Amino acid sequence: MRPVYAVSGGVSKFAKARPDKTFQAVIKEAYDYAINDIGLDFKQFTEIVDGSVSSYFSDHFSRQLMAGIMAHDYLGLCPKPGHRVEGGGATGGICFQEAWKAVSSGYMDVCAAYGFETMSHVETWKGNEFIALASDVSFDYPVGGFYSGYYAMMVTRHMKEFGTTVEQLAAVSVKNYMNAFYNPYAQKHQRLSIKDVRNSPMVAWPLTRLDICVMSDGAAATILCSEEGLAKLEKAAGKRLPRVKVTGIGRGTDAMRMSDRPHDSYEKFMNSYALPHEKESRETQAYYKKLWSRGFRYPGVHSFRAGRMGSKQAYQMAGITDPLKEIDFVELHDAYTSSEIQTYEDMGLCRYGEGGPFAMSGKAFMPGIDYGLKLKNKPICPVNPSGGLIACGHPVGATGLMQAVFAIWQLQGTIKKHFKDAKLQIKDAKRGAIHSHAGTGTYVTVSILEKEK
Amino acid sequence: MAKNKTNETKREENLEGTIVFNLPFPRKLDKESLKALKDMTPIVKRQPYHVEYLHSYAQDSPFFAGLTNRVFLGNRDPKTGYTYATPRGADMYTGNETEWVRLPDEGTVHAFTVCHFGSEEFLPETPFVLALIEFEGANTLFLTRLLGVDPHRASLDWIGMRVRARYIRNSKLKPTDVYFVPAEAKEE
Repeated sequence: MRPVYAVSGGVSKFAKARPDKTFQAVIKEAYDYAINDIGLDFKQFTEIVDGSVSSYFSDHFSRQLMAGIMAHDYLGLCPKPGHRVEGGGATGGICFQEAWKAVSSGYMDVCAAYGFETMSHVETWKGNEFIALASDVSFDYPVGGFYSGYYAMMVTRHMKEFGTTVEQLAAVSVKNYMNAFYNPYAQKHQRLSIKDVRNSPMVAWPLTRLDICVMSDGAAATILCSEEGLAKLEKAAGKRLPRVKVTGIGRGTDAMRMSDRPHDSYEKFMNSYALPHEKESRETQAYYKKLWSRGFRYPGVHSFRAGRMGSKQAYQMAGITDPLKEIDFVELHDAYTSSEIQTYEDMGLCRYGEGGPFAMSGKAFMPGIDYGLKLKNKPICPVNPSGGLIACGHPVGATGLMQAVFAIWQLQGTIKKHFKDAKLQIKDAKRGAIHSHAGTGTYVTVSILEKEK
Repeated sequence: MAKNKTNETKREENLEGTIVFNLPFPRKLDKESLKALKDMTPIVKRQPYHVEYLHSYAQDSPFFAGLTNRVFLGNRDPKTGYTYATPRGADMYTGNETEWVRLPDEGTVHAFTVCHFGSEEFLPETPFVLALIEFEGANTLFLTRLLGVDPHRASLDWIGMRVRARYIRNSKLKPTDVYFVPAEAKEE
């Protein structure tokens, strides 16, 4: 495996609808931004880039098959190699990792990874129907296929198992909306209170409209390269580029039907799923033993085994043994406030069952921002400093790449340049994690990015 | 529709689909007006699309035949006994082909939600309750509709509630041919 650098990225304007441009042209907004940020023009970059990976989730939304090649050709990349990847909500995260593979394997020196979704071409509830088709059409979809409903069932189980509260869920929304207030790329700019979140219309009990991300049109692009590729880009640009390295990738999976997920024992959990810092702590072992004695089983429908496996692999590759202390920020897939809480646990930022209190603790908040909440702890590892999916939007095929772009900018220290505001710049950020998740926890990717020392 | 004649040079027109009789456009095309086209707002039109599928339940078909006959079937690994409350042709741990077993008509609510909104297809049915049911002797769950509880009074106490299967009389050959109600609910 060769070292892989994430040198640049771009994000289009995320909006409820982008009727002004075709999907190819929206992708080109993000792509051109990424190229220009290196200091190259279209022609210079086209001469250097070896190929692309494109991502979008649903052929239904655009009623266009093979949109990947249409983007590749619009970007002037023919006849260079390219392919499209798809994996539900994790499509963008998978795209990033496939580009990493292309570079790491030696197949390409410079690879462009871009993704998009146009969700505005159908009415919202039809869009929900398309998304719900990403559930078993024999056994799940016909019962009342609705993703918010699926996630809400996980929430009720999480609440029952651990005592998680709706206010803890709402705190995630308050945090992410508040962060997004300083992110010009975010689709939504509003300050919220816990009361606002709880008083918004109930969608799937106990999730309200403000617990759930919105549908968006948008695109994102990143440029990955090897050391050789970096040298070529730097030579063409005539300058040294900031070095952000991809130091770990991981991907986990789980059964499409939530009903099929295992309910495993303490021993199985400890042997197969526990993270190094959990295995080493006697106190944590005692904590988990107590959970199991109360009837807890893993992963059940309250936890994402795929998220844990993705984290475990990525941490191992990057040499992370205590994620909360060793990662400076996380951009994770908060399609629902509840999935952010579940993901804290999967990623080992807290223990299983402690996601609710962790959400309220302040540890995942940004320093220097007034959230209007009483937080017990100081920020340790800001989660979704960009505002996440909840406030930025979730144009599915672009989302995982949007996270990568924001992470690249954090690690380059260029948030001020791109956001025209330094409020969301995490001081001296050295290592970040990005987490992309497909419904209902089927594919999860985790990638670790680091500023090169 | 009239057949195209081979010597026809003018395409026959009709009034089906999107019809526009006049769309504003520059009267004269010169350098200026062509440049001004860059400022034109996008044309957005309605584009319906309808598909019918033939959906085979394939190896899962006996489950639906069971529901039509008021029998709730699951699958079991013949060697390990691992039992699926939602049909599955092969066991995920051994790879063995599973066999059919009858599951109890009574179970317990494992998780639930009340959908106040839904996909377009189910929007008219809101609010409805989705629930995952666990069964004694089964290792996996079953997704179903729960009736007989007030959707406007959702409560975590519903988790753990004993429920029993009811079957619709006019089978639609869907998993909703069976639904669950609180075990103590009266027979109607």
